[in-house]
Amino acid sequence: MARVSLRVNGAARTVDVDPTTPLLYVLRNDLGLHGPKFGCGLGQCGACTVVMDGAAVRSCSLPVTAARNRAITTLEGLGTSARPHRLQRAFIAEQAAQCGMCMNGMLMTAAALLDRNPNPSVAQIKNALDGNLCRCASHLRVIRAIQRAARDQA
Amino acid sequence: MTPPALSRRELLKATGGLLVGFKLFEPVPRLLAQGLQGGTPLSNAGGLAADQLDSWLAIAPDGTVSVFTSKVDLGTGTGTALGQIVAEELDVAIANIRMEIGDTTRSVDQGRTSASRTLERAGPQMRQAAAAARQELLARASARLGTPADRLAVADGVVRVAADPAKSISYAALVGGQRFNTKVPASGEQWDLKVAPDVTPKHPKEYTVVGTSVPRFDLPQKFTGEFPYAHEVRVPGMLHGRVVRPPVVNSKPARVDETSIRGIPDMVKVVQEGSFVGVVAQTEWAAIRAARALKVTWSPPPGQFPAGPDAMYDYLRNTRGFTERVGVENGNVAAGLTGAARRFEATYRWPFQMHGMIAPSCAVADVQGDKATIWSGSQAPFITRNGVARLLGLRDENVHFIYREGSGCFGRLEPDDAPEDAALLSRAVGRPVRVQWMRDDEHGWEPKGPPQLITIRSGLDGQGRVTAWDYVERTLPWTDARLSPMLASRQTGIRPDENGLPIGGNDGTPYAFEHRKATLVAIPWMMNANPLRTANLRAPYGQGRCFASESQMDEMAAAASIDPVEFRLRYLAANTRAADVLRAAAERAGWQARRSPRAPGGTGTTAAGRGVAISGLAGTLVAQIADIDIDRSTGRIAVKKITVAHDCGIIVNPDGLRNQIEGNVIQSVSRSLMEEVGFDSAGVKSLDWTSYPIIRFRDIPDVDIVLIDRREMPPFGAGEASSIATAAASANAGFDALGGRLRQAPFTPERVLRALRAGAV
Ligand code: FES
Ligand code: FES
Repeated sequence: MARVSLRVNGAARTVDVDPTTPLLYVLRNDLGLHGPKFGCGLGQCGACTVVMDGAAVRSCSLPVTAARNRAITTLEGLGTSARPHRLQRAFIAEQAAQCGMCMNGMLMTAAALLDRNPNPSVAQIKNALDGNLCRCASHLRVIRAIQRAARDQA
Repeated sequence: MTPPALSRRELLKATGGLLVGFKLFEPVPRLLAQGLQGGTPLSNAGGLAADQLDSWLAIAPDGTVSVFTSKVDLGTGTGTALGQIVAEELDVAIANIRMEIGDTTRSVDQGRTSASRTLERAGPQMRQAAAAARQELLARASARLGTPADRLAVADGVVRVAADPAKSISYAALVGGQRFNTKVPASGEQWDLKVAPDVTPKHPKEYTVVGTSVPRFDLPQKFTGEFPYAHEVRVPGMLHGRVVRPPVVNSKPARVDETSIRGIPDMVKVVQEGSFVGVVAQTEWAAIRAARALKVTWSPPPGQFPAGPDAMYDYLRNTRGFTERVGVENGNVAAGLTGAARRFEATYRWPFQMHGMIAPSCAVADVQGDKATIWSGSQAPFITRNGVARLLGLRDENVHFIYREGSGCFGRLEPDDAPEDAALLSRAVGRPVRVQWMRDDEHGWEPKGPPQLITIRSGLDGQGRVTAWDYVERTLPWTDARLSPMLASRQTGIRPDENGLPIGGNDGTPYAFEHRKATLVAIPWMMNANPLRTANLRAPYGQGRCFASESQMDEMAAAASIDPVEFRLRYLAANTRAADVLRAAAERAGWQARRSPRAPGGTGTTAAGRGVAISGLAGTLVAQIADIDIDRSTGRIAVKKITVAHDCGIIVNPDGLRNQIEGNVIQSVSRSLMEEVGFDSAGVKSLDWTSYPIIRFRDIPDVDIVLIDRREMPPFGAGEASSIATAAASANAGFDALGGRLRQAPFTPERVLRALRAGAV
């Protein structure tokens, strides 16, 4: 077991866990943050995405120790129903999901994209999200929602 | 699969190369013999009494209307749509509707949720229950206000005297925080349940909520991480479990070596019951590590799969069916073929495919003495409840099933396995246990959509008229469906029915031919626990059937030099709704009448093609036109756009419907172009998203939709129907571009290149 200090959604958190534990399980089980999802555990689907120091990363494939002292944002940190982020507002406006199981990855990857590139083209959106799988196939709406969020910010 | 102690290669070594000496495929009779005893189907009754208004609705003092249903929302928006129907009928604001979904102690058994039949079947049940409640409330208001009911009006849950709106009373006040205690007539069961048929509901002309794009109730929380999926259920004292399944068919754990996981912190227990093996730990990561590290020596499997997809089609072709059913027959096909001026015969192949839930199966079970509580995303709350009861030897009503939505599942969670895994583990440790399958468990062991081998013989006369249509489909039954025992049950000795559930339906075509026959042959399949178990996958059998039938139609149209749309319309005179969707799609896409292929033998680097297909499913009709580009050198197909015309009767929620259609069409492009389960004689090879790729953003086509709203009709299943014709339309577009036929799905670059060579003029 090891004590690991993390900075999650702006707050300092310390957990005592098996140091080989991937960040995803620490977020979901030790910190009760259910935004990030388990999809594959293999870095293949994007369901577990969090933003770490500004970049979208796959928390299923990142040992918790690698997140030490890095700034981590989860979907909960992006916004809440009471105070939604403009991406969340845009996804609601476009009704951009079905089951929603992939949506954590879509939103967090989009958030990192818009931070880098406030006005992405459709091709750039598709490129940024290409590693995020959606079995319900909400892709077209996700693209529209990200475009809407970009307009919102402009 | 979770890597067991022995890899396949090691297993081969350990068993002295026994597999190599095995027969290609265990003789079917022996496999089936294992399933001959037992197998009594589960009963599926229970829940609240359908003839009590309180079983359906409750009105709280603040005016909130709780709606109780066992029809679950699988992430497709049916919860919102049912809420609209109730709000409409009761005249309450949609914002005051709360859907309470899938709790076996708090709902009537409305049957399983599948086949896109929720609105068609449960819609009228909810509507009539709400209409009966409105009638009861008006009667009470009439007494309270001293005005005959027909002089009262309702808006937003407040009853007013029409002539004197100041005189009013709210539903909440009429109910006074109490139960209704009102009986309503009810007869039949589940899908066929009829509730309060004596009450006249609103005329659709008066609808103000049904038919509008009410935003989905569930979506805001799904974008913030607040939505309570099954995967988020946490109960006090809960432990984490994982399953360890064999790499091959029905092997048994000959030895489980617990020393192999010494040193993993937080371990609680290794559980073995019959062939079922699982681990329980304090933390999820410990359970994952233990399941991976646990050394299990599996017994040699009692049978083998065919050596791969090709051998599988040979097996379908060469094995005698256990049922042979004529789905439709009219005229005399033999005579029609004999009299034909031109005859056509082609065979089409549709592969094993996966549901591929993005989040794998997950459930929490808490077994305490003779009672159990289960949380999961099952499509059939009562069936899952009764299956767990049978597994644990409990009375049905002692198992409390609570629905929590899971991943979009497309049929996969009709046979929901994880609750039984969790139940066995929970009973073994006396604590609540959460089980989530790993990605390889899900890819490896999910019940798959079965492969189909379809041969059509047809004929044309000298004027290009269809003289005969003889369709023969050979496929596997569903081994894991409806009321059959789940994996853990089978691994602990509960036997399934002898043959599984044979296929229904027919060739799926909406055409009227003078001489037509469709024969469906169900080929026996392994009924023991195995990774190529089969179940219903979205629009079951529909895509393969439509691909075959609509390719054959297209081929005949081309041979007769008749425009493909025009050719189809000739056989739709008796089916005006089908003709209408076809015309609507053609008009929307700017279809220009012509013969196909468009430019046979062209030489550019890219060949463009356009193809059409139509399909029907349970009252819903869909036409699709695919526009594709094919790279001649690589054989890669890019589907650029699918134009869809969709008629599902009355539309309850237009935006929800569009959302479903977009999803169904794009998922079908994925299934058409790239999806095929890889396997060999020892097991499934597609165990992750690399070995079973699905569509990504870069390949997403545009989807252009025309909705036909038939206000005078009931709602039919929507969305799923639009998954059927995509493959056929794309294949026909392939022919249009290449002049060669695609006869085997998925349409991989190699197959396209082969068609290109075959079709090149
Ligand atoms: S769960 Fe991390 S990429 Fe799939
Ligand atoms: S919305 Fe279901 S996986 Fe994306």
